[in-house]
Amino acid sequence: MDLSIFANPDLTKAELSRIKERAADTNITLMEVCGTHTVSIARYGFRTLLPHNIKLLSGPGCPVCVSANEDIDTAIALAKREKTIVCTFGDMMRVPGSSSSLAQEKAGGADVRVVYSPLDALAVAKENPTYDVVFIGVGFETTAPVVAGAALQAQQAGLENLSVLAIHKTMPGALEALVNDPNLKIDGLILPGHVSVVTGIKPFEFLAEKYQIPGVITGFEPLDILTGIYDLVDMVIDKKPAIKNAYPRGVRDEGNKHAQALIEQVFEPCDVQWRGLGLIPQSGLCFRPEFAHLDARRRLDFEVEATREHKGCKCGEVLKGQMRPEACALFDKKCSPQNPIGPCMVSSEGSCSAAYRYRTIS
Amino acid sequence: MSHTDRVLLAHGSGGVMMKNLIDEVFYEGYGSDLLLTGDDAAVLQSDALKEGRLAFSTDSFVVSPQFFPGGNIGRLAVCGTVNDVATAGATPLYLSIGMILEEGFELESLKEIVKTIKETALEAGVSIVTGDTKVVERGKADKIYINTSGIGVIPKGVEVSGHRIAPGDKILVSGTLGDHGIAIISQREGLSFSTTIQSDAAPLNHLISDVLKAVPQAKAFRDPTRGGLASTLNEFAEQSGCDIVVEEAAVPVKAEVKAACDMLGYDIFQVANEGKMVIVVPPEDAKAALSALHANPLGKDAAIIGEVKSPRKTEKPLVSLKTPFGSERVLDMLVGEQLPRIC
Repeated sequence: MDLSIFANPDLTKAELSRIKERAADTNITLMEVCGTHTVSIARYGFRTLLPHNIKLLSGPGCPVCVSANEDIDTAIALAKREKTIVCTFGDMMRVPGSSSSLAQEKAGGADVRVVYSPLDALAVAKENPTYDVVFIGVGFETTAPVVAGAALQAQQAGLENLSVLAIHKTMPGALEALVNDPNLKIDGLILPGHVSVVTGIKPFEFLAEKYQIPGVITGFEPLDILTGIYDLVDMVIDKKPAIKNAYPRGVRDEGNKHAQALIEQVFEPCDVQWRGLGLIPQSGLCFRPEFAHLDARRRLDFEVEATREHKGCKCGEVLKGQMRPEACALFDKKCSPQNPIGPCMVSSEGSCSAAYRYRTIS
Repeated sequence: MSHTDRVLLAHGSGGVMMKNLIDEVFYEGYGSDLLLTGDDAAVLQSDALKEGRLAFSTDSFVVSPQFFPGGNIGRLAVCGTVNDVATAGATPLYLSIGMILEEGFELESLKEIVKTIKETALEAGVSIVTGDTKVVERGKADKIYINTSGIGVIPKGVEVSGHRIAPGDKILVSGTLGDHGIAIISQREGLSFSTTIQSDAAPLNHLISDVLKAVPQAKAFRDPTRGGLASTLNEFAEQSGCDIVVEEAAVPVKAEVKAACDMLGYDIFQVANEGKMVIVVPPEDAKAALSALHANPLGKDAAIIGEVKSPRKTEKPLVSLKTPFGSERVLDMLVGEQLPRIC
């Protein structure tokens, strides 16, 4: 599919003008909650191109960043176990836990392998029957179905040495926590394009119905994002909140039923800790009892060190949209991609990393 | 060597098996007259050497997978060093090849790599004049590592260095970016996307020579390998003390490479290239350099992508990118390695 039309400079500039005109003098605060949106908005330089009265916040869209310190420490503890191979997406490697990281453990001799899919972990488990192989299951509704699929395959194959550290999270609960936060005033939400491919539109409808906050599912090309912003501005000004799908080439309103069924079959909602947002009821995905044997937490013995937060790191505030990365005292001083203090600077999709890498010149 | 189809530790022992390996694989594969003398050191004799200035470079190759669309580690090993020598404005002449082989590596694969080395050296017009082979135990290396060093001669009148870059100079690239990096990552185990993208690894010494013929006063050449265009331009900025501004829309990128980058969350400006050159020329020579590039098949997609500027800030020269929408942002060097994103 040729997407170049969605990045057409003339159409993009015209859409920017249309937003400016529609918003006029109204102050409007919008938030995106998807790491790819965070990066795209920074990369296109939209913050400097949109009028000052439209404020764009980045929310908890980076799966690595929202993982609580204790979860990172758990992954590290697993890597330290004897005869254990930890398989993880690359983004997790450098995330600092309380006193170490997976990358540090690997350099120290732990068997930590970067994989591109949970199915790779399945293959590693087959090849190493005398080792406990643990996959670090991080991610939102987008990665959860793939992990569920791999779990089912592992069960069918009778693989006894594979388990998963399930720290998956789901988006609607986090959004509800955000809109309920008295310190935050969000007028509209740019809803996550990738997550919505799986979930469809329905899980977000409560935002408009219960909280009168409009939301638009958008894609990632310049025009996708701007069209979404225009729709949001339009609904905010008209005071007609609704949830719209402005990304029909990627997202069906009903989502991906097959993927939803996979999640449902293997996982059940549970209460989990989010970095910055705290404990959010029913916003995590834990293994159903019949898959308990795949749950690394229940299956394996290991000791997790006492959690210690990173001093001065404002990752939590950044994830809630209460602080722009540039406002953190550590940003571009003590904390940069070369020497990251918190996960928001480590992950390529983190708000701080995006703000640093794509800092604009005015 | 008919009794084994794999590299054995004995192949590195210095005895009969090693001699057989050298005779039957390396000499047979890419033996030049100088290599075939069998002496421990190559004695280089050429009128070209009397020109006075030599360029000398070395590089090691540890890529995995060793075979990928558009080439193998052997092609990279020759191109990498040939291109590094050529960036000094030199005509590369001689190459050394040092191989570290993992016990158990298939001899068929080794022969194929050797064949590729021969073909690529022929394409570049360089001779392999000395070499070395070591075998390490299984698990101590990843199949095959190659080190190459190269010597070239710089013709009189050619003065090429990043330090010569000055405000007003134009920046060109010789073709589309990111092809090699994406071709490699698409072959990595478990990454489930198929692509027709081929590695662009190629010896660029003839291309550089074409540009120097058209624009003898060209300022600098550099191949944007690891770290991609972003690293090369930041190195140029640091060497020259000047800012560099790139027009994003002018940078040639294949649609399928862009799509792969979007999917993986990679920044195209930080993806590795092996067959591309960044060229800096005085402003009045930009068109002549572009025409010279376009006349060579390896430069058919070449473009002028940016300009060197006087430094705007005092603390550190800046490389920036102008988006087609009117914003301008910093283009940093890659930190660590590019890793596919999670969603």
